[in-house]
Amino acid sequence: MDNSVSSQDSIVSVRNLSFSRGNKKIFDDISLDFQRGKITAIMGPSGTGKTTLLKLIGGQLFPENGSITVDGEDVHKLRRTELYELRKRLGMLFQSGALLTDMNVFDNVAFPLREHTHLPESMIRSLVLMKLQAVGLRGARTLMPNELSGGMARRVALARAIALDPMMILYDEPFTGQDPISMGVLVHLIKSLNNILGLTSIIVSHDVHDTSAIADYIYVLSGGKIVGQGTPQEIQQSDSEWVQQFMTGAADGPVHFHYPAKDYVDDLMSTGKRY
Amino acid sequence: MIQIIQNLGKSTRTSFTKLGRATYFLFQTISGTFGILLRPRLLLNQLYSVGVLSFLIITISGLFVGMVLGLQGYYTLSDFGAEETLGVMVAASLVRELGPVVSALLFAGRAGSALTAEIGLMKATEQLSGMEMMAVDPIKRIITPRFLAGLISMPLLAGLFSAVGIVGGQIIGSGLLGVDQGVYWSQMQASIDFHDDIINGVIKSIVFGFVASWIALFEGYDAIPTSEGVSRATTRTVVNSAFSILGLDFILTALMFGDN
Repeated sequence: MDNSVSSQDSIVSVRNLSFSRGNKKIFDDISLDFQRGKITAIMGPSGTGKTTLLKLIGGQLFPENGSITVDGEDVHKLRRTELYELRKRLGMLFQSGALLTDMNVFDNVAFPLREHTHLPESMIRSLVLMKLQAVGLRGARTLMPNELSGGMARRVALARAIALDPMMILYDEPFTGQDPISMGVLVHLIKSLNNILGLTSIIVSHDVHDTSAIADYIYVLSGGKIVGQGTPQEIQQSDSEWVQQFMTGAADGPVHFHYPAKDYVDDLMSTGKRY
Repeated sequence: MIQIIQNLGKSTRTSFTKLGRATYFLFQTISGTFGILLRPRLLLNQLYSVGVLSFLIITISGLFVGMVLGLQGYYTLSDFGAEETLGVMVAASLVRELGPVVSALLFAGRAGSALTAEIGLMKATEQLSGMEMMAVDPIKRIITPRFLAGLISMPLLAGLFSAVGIVGGQIIGSGLLGVDQGVYWSQMQASIDFHDDIINGVIKSIVFGFVASWIALFEGYDAIPTSEGVSRATTRTVVNSAFSILGLDFILTALMFGDN
């Protein structure tokens, strides 16, 4: 749709992507670019396939049409071992945290290091403690995942995502269901990790306020199409009715309050039916 | 009428695709074996949770099954004045049939359902997906050690079941009902053949362990990742394992003992 953004310094470029689930078209020929070193947000209402997009970028799902290039490699043309090599350079933060429930915090963060490196335990210990220190949870290393609050679990997952020093982190709804304090902590962490470690971040979210506070560029998706894109300021001032409704949270607008139904009066008058 | 044929076709297709997925899954699982042998710690942990934790249920059930065999066998055999063959009867039924079959059914209920629930919940909470994104193959890391643990534990548990059952039969037979202890054991020793009875029993239990672990792990891995999906998958594990174990037992028995 928009090729004006130069794809030279983009770390991920999505070209003419289409994807369906059953009969529902999730993406309909969309193209996006994610700049290296920047925080790019993908926003849109629930059910628009934002998480699906992350899974497509990570190579967990296959598109029907179009291609996705990550760091110069076409994700869906890679062989399995090459894809796994690429994934070692990606970190992904799942909405639930996806911590391994049978291991404590320390072992969870150590997991990718132990699986992919042959470092001695003493060095793994130092690395894990450094990553935990970065998210402020060095003192919680012996807790089990079920003893953590939602915000803490996400911070541990973030420490695990940066364990292998990735070039890019994909955040799936990092702010959903957080209290204001852990929300603030996460916003701060995402921003500072991005700047200090020189990462690229892709955030999928429907949280308008906090996401636009840290994002460098925003894509707004709806109905399988890009309905708006630009810097947070540009998005705020967008003249698209749809984007305005989403940003302000109005109950009625291009997205209707009512689920499609037949005429209200007719419906009430038709007696004798159960539903 | 057309509707019935359509539905029949649809369900046949669904079950065949599922069978295909299960077979592919099995190949992937087995192909991870070498990697696990290099990391025995993963296997040991699973041997504990799959095998050792099933110890109690197997021991107690084995004891009671043996005791019941002792009682029933004594009453029937004494009608013919043949109560001294009680040891043979108890041991043969345990080693050939009840040991492998009942312990496999208990294993499916205890360890199999636990495996399905564990894997299903790992899928529902995105742990498997998360592992994939960390470039770790969840089948090799999670499924293979559990499969091998099931395969190794099952014959050992069946052996334990039979051994405890034979002792249970002896407690009832010679402790309570007055069969001579020496006769109980010597008759057994004379009649139970190592190859025909014991090895065949072990082969059965290896086959059951293979099938029960495969079904349990596949149902968990293939579960719909919601709480409802996981609970249904757990039920399917127990039902399908029971069917497969009993069906295979018939086939194996026919093959092993058919000619004598």
